[in-house]
Formats: sequence, C-alpha cells, structure tokens
Amino acid sequence: MNKCDMRIKIAGVEFENTVMTASGTFGSGKEYGEYVDINEIGAVITKGVSSTPWRGNNTPRIAETYGGILNSVGLQNPGVEEFIEKDIKFLRQFDTKIIVNIVGRTFEEYCEVARRLSSEDIDLVELNISCPNVKEGGVAFGTDPKMIEYITKEVKKNLKHPLIVKLSPNVTDIVEMAKAAVDGGADAISMINTLIGMAIDIHKKRPVLANTIGGLSGPAIKPVALRMVYQVAKAIDIPIIGMGGIMNGEDAIEFILAGATAVAIGTANFANPRATIDVIEGIENYLAENSVDSISEIRGLAIVT
Amino acid sequence: MKEKRAVEIMENKKIAKNTYKMIILAPLVAREAKAGQFLNLFCKQRDLLLPRPISICELDMKLGIITLVYAVVGKGTAELVKMLSGEKIAIMGPLGNGFDIDDTIENHLIIGGGIGSPPLLELVKKLKGKKTVYLGFNAETILADEFKKYADKVHIAIENGTGDGSLSKSKVETKNRPLSRESRPLSRNSLPFSRYPQGNVMDLIKTNMTKADMIYACGPKPMLEAINEWAKEKEIEAQFSMEERMACGIGACLVCTCKIQKSEDSEWQNYRVCKDGPVFYRDEVIWE
Repeated sequence: MNKCDMRIKIAGVEFENTVMTASGTFGSGKEYGEYVDINEIGAVITKGVSSTPWRGNNTPRIAETYGGILNSVGLQNPGVEEFIEKDIKFLRQFDTKIIVNIVGRTFEEYCEVARRLSSEDIDLVELNISCPNVKEGGVAFGTDPKMIEYITKEVKKNLKHPLIVKLSPNVTDIVEMAKAAVDGGADAISMINTLIGMAIDIHKKRPVLANTIGGLSGPAIKPVALRMVYQVAKAIDIPIIGMGGIMNGEDAIEFILAGATAVAIGTANFANPRATIDVIEGIENYLAENSVDSISEIRGLAIVT
Repeated sequence: MKEKRAVEIMENKKIAKNTYKMIILAPLVAREAKAGQFLNLFCKQRDLLLPRPISICELDMKLGIITLVYAVVGKGTAELVKMLSGEKIAIMGPLGNGFDIDDTIENHLIIGGGIGSPPLLELVKKLKGKKTVYLGFNAETILADEFKKYADKVHIAIENGTGDGSLSKSKVETKNRPLSRESRPLSRNSLPFSRYPQGNVMDLIKTNMTKADMIYACGPKPMLEAINEWAKEKEIEAQFSMEERMACGIGACLVCTCKIQKSEDSEWQNYRVCKDGPVFYRDEVIWE
C-alpha cells in the first residue's frame, strides 16, 4: 500500500501533513511532547500569547458536559517575551510548523505582539479574535465584520508572516465574518473557536465556572463546526483550518470533505494524549482504503452546489 | 515515550459511604510513583472526555500494585464504581510532584480531611521520625486502621455537620430512629463513632498541643487555611496538597491553577496544580 501524500500548503507554507493542534489545548507542545512525537504533527498552534503576561481567570476554569467541556481559562500566558525565549526555542527543535496564536485587549496590543513576532523564526500567526473568556478584546473584535476587517488589516501591516484569522461561532452569520477577514487580507481562516455556554452546580446553586460562562468544545460541537466550515468553504477561496470536536480520522475527513485544507485537534488531546497521531493515521487509512493519492483530492468533495 | 495505558483492576470495593478502594496492577507506574502524586483514570463512557485525577493512596513496588481511594462525586467516579476486578482501565501517570521527604526531620504532623486523607497514607509509610496523624471526617472514617499501622499516633475527629462541635438539631431529633449504618446520627452514644471526639481536626490539634517540625496536609480548603493560620503562628513549615478541577492533568491546558507567590518580593502567579503541584509549601499559597 503506497503512502498517500498528506502534504498541504497554506499561504505558501508547506506542511508535512494536514493535522495541527488547536490553540490552548496543547500549550507549546512541551507537555504533550512526552506522549507524542511532535515531528509527526503538521503544525503546533500555540496557546494564545499577549504583549504582556496575563494571569487568566479565577478557578474553577473547567466544567464537563455531555460530549464536551466548558473552559474559562481566560488566556493565561507569560507574555510574548518569555514565549519567544522558551516556547519558540523549544518548538524549533522539531520538524513541525509553528503557528503562534496572538491575543490582545486593544488593537494596539494585537499589533504589538505581531510586530514583536515578525522578527522571530515562526511560520504563521493565528489572530485570536474569538476567545469568549476575556472581557476586553477577544470576542469583541470577532463578532462585528467591520472590526474583523479592520483588525486583520492592522495586524497584517505589522506582521511579516502569513496571517490566519480564527473565527468565533458566536455570530449570526459566519460567512459574513469570514468574508470580512478575507477583505482585511487574511491568508487563511481557522474555525471554529468555542461556543459560549455555561453549567450550574445544582448543589451549590451557583455557576460551575468562576467566570460564570465559558467556551464549549469537544464532540458536542462538531456538527456546528462542520456546518460552519462547509458554509464558509463555499463562500471564500482562502484555505480553512477546520476544528471543533474532532476525535478521530473519520471526523477529520468530514471537515476536509466540507472544504477544510487542514484540521486542528483540541479537546481530544485531553481524552487521548495521542489524539493528533491517531487522527493522522486515521486519515491515512481512509485515503488508502479509498485509493486516494493525495489529501488535496478529497478537499471539498462533499460540497453540494 | 509516556503513554495512556490499560491496566488491570485487581479490586474495586466500597470502604465507606460514597468511598471506594481500587487496586490496580501497574508495575511500570508503581516503580516511578511517589507519595503525593496522582493518576489520571479514564472513563469508558465516551461522552465523559476528561480523565479523573485520583491520588495514589498506597504503592507496592515489589508487587507492582497501586491502591487508589476515591469518592464518588460525579458521573465519572460513579462510572468507576461499576468497574470490576479483572477489567482493564486506562490510566496515565504518575502525574504531578509528590511530597518532599526529608529524613532529618524529627516530628512529622500529618493532617487529612475526608477524602484528602488517602494520599497521606503512602507518605506516612515513607516518612522517618515520629509521625503523628490527625484525620478529620464528616461521618465515617476511612483508612483509620491503615494509618495506625504506620503512624506513631493517630487522632481522629468527626465533624457533626454543624462544624461548631455541638450536635446539630436535626441529628439529635433523628437519634432514636432506626437508621442504616451509613446514616447513623453522630452522637457520642452512637457506635461506631463514640470513640472519636467531635469537632474538627484543628481544634483537636490545638487541644493536644502537638509538636511538629513539618506538616503535611490534604483536605478541604477551609481546613488547609486553618492549618496555615496555626502553622504560621507556630512557625512550622507545611506542605499542602492542593485540589482543583483539572482537564489534561499534565500541565498543558492551564485549567487547574492555584495562586502561588514564590518569594516575598515577587508577585503571585497562577501555577498549575497538576504539573507544578499538587503539593505546595504553605507560605507560597495565596489564600482568598
């Protein structure tokens, strides 16, 4: 059985395979690197990084739901300087692509991180304008098409690397948001971030999360994510990194058939530290069984026009 | 490379109300593990995505077995209860850092509150010097006999639910009704608890004026806070095993954080209970 071609290209960057890690679930790979060979993963999308250190929200930051989890970490991170010093240096040891997720409270903060990263040895940047867990910035920028276009443009101006814009699903019309990112000059779209949700502790009669609300991820949201990827793939021409509840190769194939160029694995890592590798193998098996030579051949095949 | 692996359950039985003991055969894990570390246990039910972090209660490196004592607190632990000996369970670990053990310390004071007690048993086995154990429970005791085997002295306090050392009204009223063993009211006349003083462990420690050079504690936050206050006053160092809701268990997701201040002149930061802890020194913890 010949090994099929898993390589993909996004904004001129070639990836060994189509599987990435979803931001915030994999740190910068140091911890999961003890469980999987990072060289085998197409790209590591790092935990969001801001210009200065952020402490994040109070605990509890997690609640489990049926087939999903709610988190309200609140983008805790050590700031861009420590991130460059430790995380990029760590990741550069591996044969994988580095995608840095950036966050901010203001336009200027986003631009500052982008400028600072421009001189660094990374491959792409993912613009996080969709985190539901911070009061300022985050999702505030990601739910208004005018804001999305403007911030994409501004960050692009300050960045040497290609830019991926990560979309929030907490909007009325996802296609409108994707188009705004394209208009702003995005090189690719990643989607979806978490869906806003909550859980209540019936014994304490209080919300489980200290932040009251959090972002829902995991297989519970997969149909929503898939639908959104499908709709956006039909409407725009730039590559899409699809994510939302992918647990195995079959799930990943669904996203690719819906039009995604790459997929990212998030919550699945918690249930199975080898999830990224299992998804890669699952995709390879599917392609082999279906006598497909290259992953690109099946992209968007399920789109009904 | 580390891995999530399936290991055999040798025993899984109820030892007290809502409390179970599971013994697993995991020689590779047992060889590496230390007192104060924990394992991630995975549920079979696929909609329960997160592993359940369970502290190591006892280790037998020779036999390669690990004893875990867990409380049923939700859907995941309710599922663990149903697992039978001979079945396989997926685990990850050992995770986290254990207690610091210093053989030069003379007087050890070990304090466990409720389901916080099990992780202290392996510690008590490993400590050298004089070991005084205080265990506090809401109702039924757990592992009291096991602790007695390895400690020089074990004191047990039973809370009556009011927390003030007096009997709660409702419990007094139900005193004479026939009740199951589990829900028997906690009066001094009701066996099997009559031999234990009522109240909380901290009161008991203060009454006994226990001597200590190092404290090790695990239990509910209010108990740890009370121990901290007392230890601060007495200038005794303490190691606390902290608890927080976790996701990955290996330090990647930043869910289970605890406010820690490493030195006087630095600001507090959110440390990961799973990876940087779960054991922290009492003067590092920011209490709220």
